[in-house]
Amino acid sequence: MNETSLSDIDKQILWNRLISIVEEQAQTLMRTAFNPIVRESGDLSAGIFDIQGRMIAQAVTGTPGHINTMAQSVGHFLEYFSLEEMHPEDIYLTNDPWKAAGHLNDFMLVRPCFHENNLVGFTSCTSHLADIGGLGFGPDGTDVLDEGLYIPIFKLVDAGRLDQTFLTILKANSRVPVEVEGDIYALIACVECGSQRLSECMGDFDVANIEEISNYIIETSRNSTRDRIRELKDGSYSFEMRVDGYDKPLDLVAKLTINNGGIEVDFKGTSGLSRYGINCPINYASAYTCFALKCAIAPDVPNNHGSIEPMKIVAPKGCILNAQFPVPVAMRHVVGQLLPDVIFGCIHQVISGIVPAEGTCCLWDLPLRGGYSVESGIDSTKFAIELVHNGGTGARPTKDGLSATSFPSGVMGSLVEITESVSPLIIWRREYRENSGGAGKQRGGMGQIIELSSSEDSDISLFVAVDRVNHVARGREHGKEGAAGSLSLTSGKILKSKGEQIIPAGEKLTVLTPGGGGYGDPLERKPSAVFNDVRSGLVDFDNAEKKYGIIFDSNGDFRFTKARKIYSGLDQ
Amino acid sequence: MPQNKHQVRLAVDVGGTFTDVVLETPTGLVTAKVRTNELRPEQGILSGVNLVLEEASIKPEQVDVFIHGTTLATNALIERKGAKTALITTKGFRDSIEIGYENRFDQYDLMIEKPEQLIPRELRFTVPERMNFGGQVLLELDSRVVLSLMTEIEKNDIESIAVGFLHSYANPAHEQAVRELLIDAGCKAEISLSSEVCPEVREYERLMTTACNAYIQPNIARYLKSLETELYKTGFRSPLFLMTSGGGMTTLELAIRFPIRLVESGPSGGAVLASRIATQLQEKNVVSFDMGGTTAKICLIDDYKPQTARNFEIARTARFQKGSGMPVRIPVVEMIEIGAGGGSIAHVDSIERLNIGPESAGANPGPACYGYGGERATVTDANLLLGKIDPQNFAEGKMQLNVNAAEISVTNDIAKPLNLPIFEAAFGACEMVEENMANAARIHSVEHGADLTQSTMIAFGGAGPLHASRLAEKLNIKRIIIPRNSGVGSALGFLWAPIAYEVVKSLYMTVDTFNASDANHVLNQISDETHGVVRSGAPEEELTEIRTAYMRYVGQGHEIEIPLPNRDLKKEDKSLIKATYEKYYSNLYGRTIPKRNIEILTWSIVVSSSKKEFEDVEKHCEAYQAIPNTNRKVFLSSTKRYEDVPVYWRPELSPGAHLESPAIVAEPQTTTFVTSTYRAYIDSKYNLTLEAK
Repeated sequence: MNETSLSDIDKQILWNRLISIVEEQAQTLMRTAFNPIVRESGDLSAGIFDIQGRMIAQAVTGTPGHINTMAQSVGHFLEYFSLEEMHPEDIYLTNDPWKAAGHLNDFMLVRPCFHENNLVGFTSCTSHLADIGGLGFGPDGTDVLDEGLYIPIFKLVDAGRLDQTFLTILKANSRVPVEVEGDIYALIACVECGSQRLSECMGDFDVANIEEISNYIIETSRNSTRDRIRELKDGSYSFEMRVDGYDKPLDLVAKLTINNGGIEVDFKGTSGLSRYGINCPINYASAYTCFALKCAIAPDVPNNHGSIEPMKIVAPKGCILNAQFPVPVAMRHVVGQLLPDVIFGCIHQVISGIVPAEGTCCLWDLPLRGGYSVESGIDSTKFAIELVHNGGTGARPTKDGLSATSFPSGVMGSLVEITESVSPLIIWRREYRENSGGAGKQRGGMGQIIELSSSEDSDISLFVAVDRVNHVARGREHGKEGAAGSLSLTSGKILKSKGEQIIPAGEKLTVLTPGGGGYGDPLERKPSAVFNDVRSGLVDFDNAEKKYGIIFDSNGDFRFTKARKIYSGLDQ
Repeated sequence: MPQNKHQVRLAVDVGGTFTDVVLETPTGLVTAKVRTNELRPEQGILSGVNLVLEEASIKPEQVDVFIHGTTLATNALIERKGAKTALITTKGFRDSIEIGYENRFDQYDLMIEKPEQLIPRELRFTVPERMNFGGQVLLELDSRVVLSLMTEIEKNDIESIAVGFLHSYANPAHEQAVRELLIDAGCKAEISLSSEVCPEVREYERLMTTACNAYIQPNIARYLKSLETELYKTGFRSPLFLMTSGGGMTTLELAIRFPIRLVESGPSGGAVLASRIATQLQEKNVVSFDMGGTTAKICLIDDYKPQTARNFEIARTARFQKGSGMPVRIPVVEMIEIGAGGGSIAHVDSIERLNIGPESAGANPGPACYGYGGERATVTDANLLLGKIDPQNFAEGKMQLNVNAAEISVTNDIAKPLNLPIFEAAFGACEMVEENMANAARIHSVEHGADLTQSTMIAFGGAGPLHASRLAEKLNIKRIIIPRNSGVGSALGFLWAPIAYEVVKSLYMTVDTFNASDANHVLNQISDETHGVVRSGAPEEELTEIRTAYMRYVGQGHEIEIPLPNRDLKKEDKSLIKATYEKYYSNLYGRTIPKRNIEILTWSIVVSSSKKEFEDVEKHCEAYQAIPNTNRKVFLSSTKRYEDVPVYWRPELSPGAHLESPAIVAEPQTTTFVTSTYRAYIDSKYNLTLEAK
């Protein structure tokens, strides 16, 4: 045990080093993972924990869905294994949706870290495996056991010995056994790299345990977060948002209470469970809730036990945001990704000028398959591809929304040339959807138009789960709503926003992704901004006149309507 | 000096602040550092060139080769100071170049701003046409629509046009037709075709690369032609070569057609220097560390070659964050660039943590101690207070540093807010910047599967030698080389760059459907093109050719680089290609995926003039204990106190000199700080070598 304590500067440098170690862990996982959504989009998480199971550093990766799920992870494992029985070469695993990250596809590993023969902490990581059996990745399971292999907490590696029986069972239960096995090795490499680096770093800084730095990180982060919350006015603020749901609309209802440096979010009043797998375990609902709170209140405080501690998230059992075993949860992100808009609705009542208007929120991903069904011709190519696209984000208090951009997810979109080179599809159009961004002093982000068809004149199956088709993104402070999303065929047939449907041979699918809501009165939008939108074709003459009160003629001259308000020169 | 066919060679690196000039003659090297003339860079070049020519008593007509690298291309893109440019693309895809990957570069920041478009939407025009991924025409080009664009081009005073159609890498016919139609219709604007600038699959990057090329082309062409004229008037008769991002030189003509390849030429010159030193010393695993006023660059050099890549993100806006810039696909030396330099500004953030950079005080106002009006504490101010820099002898003694100003800035910006003694504040700033660089280096090495602890560090740049030994300590690197003239490392590297050119072209096939004659068709085409370019700059030299395929498992996201045999491919090569792929894949990731089909996306050929020979490394030199010129109080991390440290003057040290450590080794353009972890000596080639005790 080192007698001299670390100086403040040393602690700050050590903190940076710990953050760098989790980033390195995340890189290791991305470099070795097989599942494209992990490799390309960073759907993964990695963290370092102290001996009490408190998270002290977490990698910033492509998905917010792991924010608190990761922070709570080691705690669950500590209920199963005592510190005394842990071996330096043990690794534990689970995919329990209520202990890991909300659905069975997310696997979580935890490894004890030893330094000079003493247990000093833990490393943990999570990533998404492509297929773990059951009905496959989709919303159609009637309970969680339909959704794949359920693995309780167990020793994946026992004192250095990998459980081969488990691997055999896992592979036998997956449609992509080779990739899944590879992903397990990637997860192992990730926690091992973290443990090794942690020990090396303790050597470099000459510390025998991480208690002192852990306390410092957690206290500093907790205090900073509390200080930020204290700047907000105490009280309770409620907000409701109705969304499409699977087969019937859902009400997402939140009450946010600020009290002396703490925040509690209660989802009482939110709709009940769905019979489809779009239900959220509370850990996952909490992740997107904390993400939104963090974006609004303390984006620069690193994620750890301390920064999350002042935020408490509750939801009544049986509500769609607190689904209990054995409710189906595979597509919990369709609902979870909408929560930031509900939280922003509350925050806006506490403090204006921080949060954006409502936006698309959900990914508009289009899983497409062809050639598998019995009816499809013998010549049609078998393929399965997931095109990932997005709509517009809500306008910000001082800036327009982002067009065709993912939020809150960080998943990346697909390129046309790559799609066409790996599947029998032709994409005919991928362009901004003009006039789709909600009008406002700050305009909502534009959605996009995607048109596609088979290149082989074959039927294509579309499996879709998107939202904001029947319930649009609303504006804020007199800002107008964004355009609704839609899916339709050349024949004029309108497709449902959720479930499997056919794009018949010879027809084009047209997808219009939603626009984000506007912020502030559009009649007060800066004239030069309206002019730019009109010149670039994002807003047409008609909308410029009706929504923004500016009449353009084809010579480029313009005049104001009577409704037009004076631009204050200020953007707030 | 090695014997070259070209006896007198001149290299000029125009950076943002300084223009570095290095002249190599049969009798040795002459260097100069002059201020960059931002408005007329040619003038800065000529003044620097005159200095070295005079000193070496060489006339302009005696110079055999003139090699030039410039940040002009990079700066035009960063500062958005390019030509008025239009885009012509496939109907239905007007916004592909803006939509990109639909992601945000910062997870938590609600107020991010995506990079400003080089070509605004109203100047993006679409025409009906369509190819499929195999290059077959799905929809003929509508020439009438193309011709109707002439009105817009003229009305908007378009100076440059980027043409980029879907799948044009597979069949450039429509793009070529557009160029002909426009030229025949009297179009005066420059035209860049995506099938020539970047014939690779992935429309976002290809269009972005083409747009960047078009955007800077008129200005770069004007500048290069003017430089050529000025040099001719001054008496130069040698060919002018341009340094490229890929670490090779190219001809003036190619540089004018594809100016996008000139970005980051300075840093790539640094990597060439490091490779040359690595070759000279037979160091197989090297990490180069180049630190200047604003950024630090770290590059891995394996088997004497810098790592290369085909992606580069230019003009990152937000704190150097990944994804905040424009992705271009050109051959580049792969390096990580960190916002950490001598001018990096220190500040205490809202949760009372000390942060350094990435904001830099640059050259103007510069660090507080420069006395040009800068008030904020920088890394240079901290170094000065710690005693690592001599205030009397900075930048060849041309600049007197103001210790008092440094004290005030460090006190106000760090010591007071953190309630620390001033020396601890200064020490903390240096530690933090070194820690940031070490963290970036660790992550970069993980991404590339390298083990830094087994590497030798080669350090250069104005601030590199000052931070090298502490950085190396943090990375557990046991050997550091500081080359001679390391303050002008990039220009020095230009002298050693081969004349080289790389052409990359996409042609999709899987290993199962491998078709040798299709592959040969593409390879022969790009081989002819590449040879033509290099031959024009190296008429008599022996040329080497490297052929590569970029492959991946079906369904994966990123390709790995697989060498191909240097000949026409045969049907039977299918198994060779597969075996090579599996070997490389398992080297990188530890295992292969049995039964998974493999796809080939892209083919590449690099042709370069042959490597220059080096003299024997080992010259006999007598070891001797060097005598320090003086002593100075320097704050040491080992004792956390100011101690007397010997100061050596590098120009007076000869091969065999052994130094005490810790030590300060000063030279005209930089200073090396040797921590007590290392012993230091001058090797037979005048390199300052640090080895862990």
